[in-house]
Amino acid sequence: MITVERVTVAFGAVYALRDVSLRAETGKITAVLGANGAGKTTLLRTISGLVAPQSGTVSLDDRVLTHRRTEDIARLGVGHVPEGRGVIAEFTVEENLRLGAIVAKVPLEEGLAQQYEAFPVLGQRRKQHAAKLSGGERQMLAMARALIARPSVLLLDEPSLGLAPLVTAQLMATIAELCTSRDLTVVLVEQNASSALRIAHHAVVLNVGTVVADAPAPEVAADERLRQYYLGMVE
Amino acid sequence: MDSFLTSRVVTDILGGLTNGAIYGLVALSLVLVWRATRVLNFAQGAMPMFATYLGMGLLSYHWPYWACVGVCLVAAFFIGALTERVLVRPLYGKPEINPIVVMVGYLIILEAFAAAIWSTTPRSLPAPFSPIDWRLAGQPFGLSPFSVFEVVTALVVMGAIVALFRFTRIGLQLRASALAPEVSRLLGVRVGRMLTLGWMLSTAVGAVTAILVASNFFTGLTPQLMDGIFAFGFIAAAVGGLDSPVGAVTSGIVLGVVLQFVGDYLNSNAIILVALGILIVSLMVRPNGLLTRSTARRV
Repeated sequence: MITVERVTVAFGAVYALRDVSLRAETGKITAVLGANGAGKTTLLRTISGLVAPQSGTVSLDDRVLTHRRTEDIARLGVGHVPEGRGVIAEFTVEENLRLGAIVAKVPLEEGLAQQYEAFPVLGQRRKQHAAKLSGGERQMLAMARALIARPSVLLLDEPSLGLAPLVTAQLMATIAELCTSRDLTVVLVEQNASSALRIAHHAVVLNVGTVVADAPAPEVAADERLRQYYLGMVE
Repeated sequence: MDSFLTSRVVTDILGGLTNGAIYGLVALSLVLVWRATRVLNFAQGAMPMFATYLGMGLLSYHWPYWACVGVCLVAAFFIGALTERVLVRPLYGKPEINPIVVMVGYLIILEAFAAAIWSTTPRSLPAPFSPIDWRLAGQPFGLSPFSVFEVVTALVVMGAIVALFRFTRIGLQLRASALAPEVSRLLGVRVGRMLTLGWMLSTAVGAVTAILVASNFFTGLTPQLMDGIFAFGFIAAAVGGLDSPVGAVTSGIVLGVVLQFVGDYLNSNAIILVALGILIVSLMVRPNGLLTRSTARRV
């Protein structure tokens, strides 16, 4: 479980997050929604320790993560698939996965076999450079690379960005399946609100750095005001 | 056949290979630092020079030769780590000119310190193998046990570095830290340590080079030992591509051979001119280096 308590982040005079609190439950998908510049990416980067908050705390279960180093937070079991996926294009598919397995406690071969079973397309292309993969395949690789370390938390930043609707639907189904089968805490940042709300259990809506809604996903999806003003879901 | 082996052309090629192996090693050490931290280390010659004085100084206390070499390498690791942590780390993310100015200043300070401690008088180091050319039918043919040792050492060091990068977990983390530091940290890689390790490896490769250079009877060990060699190593690294260890060593060896011919057939004063000419032309034609694969980065 990830708990964010009254976190404020400012870059110079500009507040990216102001007094943001949320709780992402174990085994559940928590969607973080909002327009561009709402602070969604900053929220994930704060959880991972890439951004230091001015005030407030982030914790994983009972452990406080604030002021820990990013690499130590990763070693505590927080997997973060960053915006743009962060696949290392110069590496082969397998090298990317081996890098993800650096902190894994299971043997490398076992981890690789598991990921190739979960994402068969990666197994077929494991000797290829990641630069050759399609957008959807890269997203699969980025997720497999995070999962091979057996994290308890998975932070996903805009996984659907640049993907065709059909690929997005498949991706969302994969995320939902992983969440239940591995009892993962998933924090799913999305601009594509309708796709995210279809699989999320809970949803938080951010607007210019503040929380404007924090409710079960079906309630957020049904809220006409939220849909119209913050999620851009106009029928 | 014998007269061919002792001919001017073969002698030049063999002599060039020996020099080129040294240029290649300097280029390799520059590449290691560049890949890890994007710093052009102008003190790349001076740091190993200092380590060599520290280690080889023990010869006066009757330490065995190879033990002194070991001390040189340990000293080089230490100097590399200390330099990265204290001097270079505060410069990350600053304008590119800052590390260049700092490293040039560091070069001057190290050479001045070495001169103050050990004086500028050349110290002769024993060569581990005979530097006298083999003879064929009474004629020397440009190759001595020591020059073979130089070339073999360069190839072994290069092979070891390439194997480290390609086949080990540490190598994977070193490459990842250089290519994508933030992503690497998100995956739990201790990027700070990897950068330090890059500097340590680079200084150790430098120390191997400095020992080989100082073992040459005509140079000996001096504070300015590496200045001239650094220039050629730098050109080799720039021509071969600062991102490519294999490219750096290859272009170092080719440069050595080409310059040997220039010195022999033209004029030894033309060597540096031709070297600079090669640098300028290659930067104009392939600014990223002749031997780097120019892949556009898509992330």
